[in-house]
Amino acid sequence: MLKRFWPWFWFLVGATYFLVPLYATLDFSLRARRGELSFAAYTSVLNDIRFIESFMFSLQTALATIVVSAIVIVPTAYWVQLRLPRLRPVIEFFTLLPFVVPAVVLVFSLARTYSRTPLTDSREGLWVLLVGSYVILSFPYMYRAVDTGLRSINIHDLTEAAQSLGAGWFTILTRVIFPNIYVALLSGAFITFAIVMGEFTIAALLAQPAFGPYMNRLASSKVYEPSALAIISFALTWAAIAAIQWFGQGAQARVAGPR
Amino acid sequence: MSFLEIVHVHKRFGTTIAVEDFTLAVEQGEFISFLGPSGCGKTTTLRMVAGFEKPTSGQIVIDGVDVTNMPPNRRNIGMVFQSYALFPNMTVADNIGFGLRIARRPAHEIRVRVEELLRIIHMPEFGRRYPYQLSGGQQQRVALARALAIQPKLLLLDEPLSALDAKIRASLRQEIRDIQRQLGITTIYVTHDQEEAMALSDRIVVMSRGKIEQIGTLFEVYNFPATRFVASFVGTLNQIEATVVDAAIGLLAVEGQQFRIARPLPQHRSGDRVNIAIRPELIALDGQFNSAMNRLSGTVEDVTFLGSIVRVRLRLAANRLSMDIFNNPHLRLPQPGETITVHFAPEACLAPGDDTPREASNAQPLSASAAEAA
Ligand SMILES: Nc1ncnc2c1ncn2[C@@H]1O[C@H](COP(=O)(O)OP(=O)(O)O)[C@@H](O)[C@H]1O
Ligand SMILES: [Mg+2]
Repeated sequence: MLKRFWPWFWFLVGATYFLVPLYATLDFSLRARRGELSFAAYTSVLNDIRFIESFMFSLQTALATIVVSAIVIVPTAYWVQLRLPRLRPVIEFFTLLPFVVPAVVLVFSLARTYSRTPLTDSREGLWVLLVGSYVILSFPYMYRAVDTGLRSINIHDLTEAAQSLGAGWFTILTRVIFPNIYVALLSGAFITFAIVMGEFTIAALLAQPAFGPYMNRLASSKVYEPSALAIISFALTWAAIAAIQWFGQGAQARVAGPR
Repeated sequence: MSFLEIVHVHKRFGTTIAVEDFTLAVEQGEFISFLGPSGCGKTTTLRMVAGFEKPTSGQIVIDGVDVTNMPPNRRNIGMVFQSYALFPNMTVADNIGFGLRIARRPAHEIRVRVEELLRIIHMPEFGRRYPYQLSGGQQQRVALARALAIQPKLLLLDEPLSALDAKIRASLRQEIRDIQRQLGITTIYVTHDQEEAMALSDRIVVMSRGKIEQIGTLFEVYNFPATRFVASFVGTLNQIEATVVDAAIGLLAVEGQQFRIARPLPQHRSGDRVNIAIRPELIALDGQFNSAMNRLSGTVEDVTFLGSIVRVRLRLAANRLSMDIFNNPHLRLPQPGETITVHFAPEACLAPGDDTPREASNAQPLSASAAEAA
């Protein structure tokens, strides 16, 4: 009985830590009208066109980030594991740099490096810079996820089997490697998605109409709406993750079995 | 010119010499095994034929085309791995059809070919399964079908049965041989298991430490081993430590009992200790017909009944001597503890100095005259 007790105890401690603030936020967001529970704050948020716009903007940015990051990371991690295993610690160190370099430093160095190029003097250019920054932020999560995925399959033999059947590198990557690490890649993509949706510093410094800065602005001007917004964005983010998961289900079912 | 020519191929990894001066000619439709202990360079040689490694020097020619520097995906070679290496994200049918899709063959042709191969490997109902839904033996059969689907010039197999259990190993071995015969495909099979090599091959390439020890049919390699390594690696071999009595006529003694070998030992003097090797099946219980036969007496240590064959172990001073006799219900078998006399021909002995690699054709039955020639 006691063996059962402690795991549950810690589970409940963790759940409480997570759920109490969520419940408190929810409760607060429903008290926009004195003395009654109402969705007034929610109506106010949802009627604000800037909410929809900024949310959609960040959603697109997050998806672009995930795609670019996967295109950069998958071939890199694959090649390092296949041909340059001794370089792995070095690559791993580089992917960890976003934890060490503050976002402010990152965005200023990017802006300086690319100043007076099309990247800094147009709206689209700045968006490219934003996605580029987020791709860098995603490295630690994406690289680790992909690396783990690659280790769970025998990439050496699979590569050589495909080569002997006539496949070139592009075919091997798209038809053999990528489909087999898709599930691992998704776990990296979830974290990247969540980070991009809430990111404030870089988006604000690049003056982008993103969701993070919008939430921030709302928080400094309204009382109940920020809480409603937090609950809405929480729900929407989970819905988006569920959608990605749903798209990935086909692949998951196939690779999930014992090998 | 042969179908596959491997000419003076060397391969070095840094300071490790993995393969040294490997030369082999394979005829179309032949089944060749590379046999040798782990680390002797079998896989490396096979990978050079497949194109996954580049030889440090030397040349590989397939069907008249020098492929030494051709990338593996252009060589049209079927490869089967110990790990099966099936694509986990694809069904059995898609795995088998993979090479044909790469070659952009029409869909109906692929479908027909996949069905044909599923029949050949006796798995016609399995096209829709995924690899994880198959046993190891089934996975390896699919891998074989996948390699054969592209109608490769060569089929290369690297220890394909090592990950399977004994029973499946034997049946799949037979199946591989049947399919190979049926399709007439030129095949190289890498193994460290002499039984496998014997059961499958037209010719065997015995390797040790990166070098070819002998190339020959099973009959040649077994009965006329070119080197002592071959003799001890292929089949079982008795080793007797004996003392030289008269080197000039090849007279030796063990525990005071004298016996002769078929050649002199010019590099040795009386009193030297030498190791002599004899095959178990060349030792007989009844040698009375022939006075030229050697006789040795020893104590029976152990008698093992193996069905058609009975294996008897004798003790002779510090030596153990194993011999095989045919089972015969009317024969009285030796009993443990009993002292018996065994017989063997001087030619049945392999003496030191027989270690220079030579072609099987000029080898002698287990006695080898290399030292004489030298
Ligand atoms: N990629 C490699 N790098 C360094 N050494 C290698 C490599 N591949 C094989 N070797 C070495 O070459 C020798 C032969 O290996 P291998 O061909 O795999 O032997 P086998 O297949 O007969 O067991 C071994 O000593 C092995 O350590
Ligand atoms: Mg090997």
